[in-house]
Amino acid sequence: MSLIALLCIPLLAAIVLAIVREGRFAAEINVAASIATFMAGVWLAWDVYGHGAMLVAGELLFADAFSVYLAVITSFVSMTTSVFSRRYMAQEQQHGIMRPRRMRYYHALFQLFISAMLVALLTNSVGILWIAMEMATLSTVLLVSHYRTPSSIEAAWKYFILCGVGIAQALFGTILLYLAAEKVLGEGGEALLWTNLNRVSSMMEPNILSMAFVFLMVGYGTKMGLVPVHHWLPDAHSEGPSPISAVLSGLLLNVALYALVRCKVLVDASLGTHHAGNIMMGFGLLSVLVSAFSILRQKDIKRMFAYSSIEHMGITTFAFGLGGATATFGALLHMLLHSLTKSSLFFAGGHAIQMHQSQEMSRIRGLIRGNPFVGWGLMFGVMAIVGMPPFGVFVSEFLILTATVKGAPYLTPFLVAGLAVAAAALFRRVQSMAMAEVPSYQHPVQVAYVPIVLHVTLVLMIGIYMPDVLNQWLKNIAGYLK
Amino acid sequence: MYIDFVHHINSFLAAFILLTAFGMLVQRRMSGLIFLFTWQGLFLSIHTALVGFLVNRHHLYISSALTLALKVILLPYILHTLVRRLKIHKEVETIFNVPTIMLIGIALVILAYHLVSPIRELSPPLSLVQPHIVTRSILAVALASVMLGLLMMITRKNAVTQIIGFLAMENGLFFAATSATYGMPLLVELGVALDILIAAFIFGVFFFHIHSNFDSLDVEQLARLKEVD
Repeated sequence: MSLIALLCIPLLAAIVLAIVREGRFAAEINVAASIATFMAGVWLAWDVYGHGAMLVAGELLFADAFSVYLAVITSFVSMTTSVFSRRYMAQEQQHGIMRPRRMRYYHALFQLFISAMLVALLTNSVGILWIAMEMATLSTVLLVSHYRTPSSIEAAWKYFILCGVGIAQALFGTILLYLAAEKVLGEGGEALLWTNLNRVSSMMEPNILSMAFVFLMVGYGTKMGLVPVHHWLPDAHSEGPSPISAVLSGLLLNVALYALVRCKVLVDASLGTHHAGNIMMGFGLLSVLVSAFSILRQKDIKRMFAYSSIEHMGITTFAFGLGGATATFGALLHMLLHSLTKSSLFFAGGHAIQMHQSQEMSRIRGLIRGNPFVGWGLMFGVMAIVGMPPFGVFVSEFLILTATVKGAPYLTPFLVAGLAVAAAALFRRVQSMAMAEVPSYQHPVQVAYVPIVLHVTLVLMIGIYMPDVLNQWLKNIAGYLK
Repeated sequence: MYIDFVHHINSFLAAFILLTAFGMLVQRRMSGLIFLFTWQGLFLSIHTALVGFLVNRHHLYISSALTLALKVILLPYILHTLVRRLKIHKEVETIFNVPTIMLIGIALVILAYHLVSPIRELSPPLSLVQPHIVTRSILAVALASVMLGLLMMITRKNAVTQIIGFLAMENGLFFAATSATYGMPLLVELGVALDILIAAFIFGVFFFHIHSNFDSLDVEQLARLKEVD
């Protein structure tokens, strides 16, 4: 029941918003629907907490601790983003950057995107997961090109083509997975259900599975922006409206990672080796290193944060690949903290861009004096994302590093080097933006305080004191994922 | 006896699909390209129906009809209309190094055969006397046509051509699904078809956006966003 509600609310909201179009209350309906979605998410979490994993709708929908965890993150961040988006997009219209006519399908597509991600998380079928991932891409392509500038159209085209090609590889991987499963489970939809696949994993043909994983890795890795298939990500994240960058970076990447982790667990259980884990570690580490050095070279604030997302997805992929209880726990926690922190950075960064009418970091100055919420929000956000104590990211990165020292000591220096370079690069940039005198071209904007403050506070709180529920919940997931 | 005959026809169709993939790789004219794409869709549709007949799975007839409607009628129609509205239907694209592209294509086919060789057996045979309906080489052909579509996307510079390459890739995937597993579950196939339909709508919108912003559909011009230095 709670599961159905969670999936239906955003879909219904998308339909309503498509009918309302640019009507006056579109942004408010969007916020209300997102709050309702979040409440349904909490309800579902409560159900799963009480009764354990559940199967609904003829085994097509499935919620266990892992998928519910990510569904709650998704619904929470989409809620705060909708609050931010209301203020932010209203400002964009006042500044004449966005004509109201263009806003027609913005909110409907936003809700469609959220519902596609939730379907991907809560379906039991590998095939439907693929369809939902593709739907999530398609619904955001037109949002990335929302400003209709030549560069935003270029970014959206790249996003469309590269993710389309990537996800096609994932479909081939899914077909191979089905081929391996069909021999054991017989034909029909049964053979694509996670619950069945995990049950018979030891009986499937290892050759096909290891080949399938390579395709799935490339496919979902493209969606996650892992190096070397990351080229769409910095463009799409920097050219779209800031609320869209926040959800792309904070949520979509997580969902793609979720798909990959599910495949990894299946394939490694079946092969009895660490084949899939090793591939993930390789991709993850490469992403951390390449993106860390790319952050150094950026001049555009959103592009820099986009590269930082690649870095963090790299860390998380690496940790899941490494496996073991500690690393998996750290990776799960890192997914949550990265979502919260990165979206708050895009919120604060978005307002900073509005204040200076420019995405160039060299033009953004004196944020703390101009608007303390934006300035300190950005400052604390960056401090959190680079993993400074007492923020939560420190805890998760520390756990991952500890596990690395234990499990793959020879890789530790590379990981540490990547983290250090990224931290130095980000911190150097944010200092000059937050401090200094207010430049003459800066002008005040109406800021959405709540989402920024809420996210940063949560990250800080988890760093200082982790609630017992969260701790138990993650231990439970790590128990069956490792 | 007739099963044997159908089996041969199946192999022929696979060969034709590969042939059209190669044809698209070097076809310069826009209208000729869409024409080849239509043929590939038709071969695919017939192949799906034949496999459905051979293994007696009725949902394959539905997906065959779906392919016919989507890839033989609707998508070529949309593409033709777009190309005419954008006034590029007579355009002749320059492709450099046709022999090299062909050689790379052949190398990709060999690679595909090599990749699927470790797979020991495919879908279960219908009876003991009868050979596999689906041979390893058909899966290799499917993988090869996916890779040829990818190669086409890389070598071409026109947005419409890239999209046709993308759709040809999708054809290859669909071919893989029918031949390797007798088709994915119906629900999944319907979902994939829906996704393609939405993608068609989106690229249609994009052609106009690119055209009005850059005055042509040459994606070479989409190179503003790069690493700043």
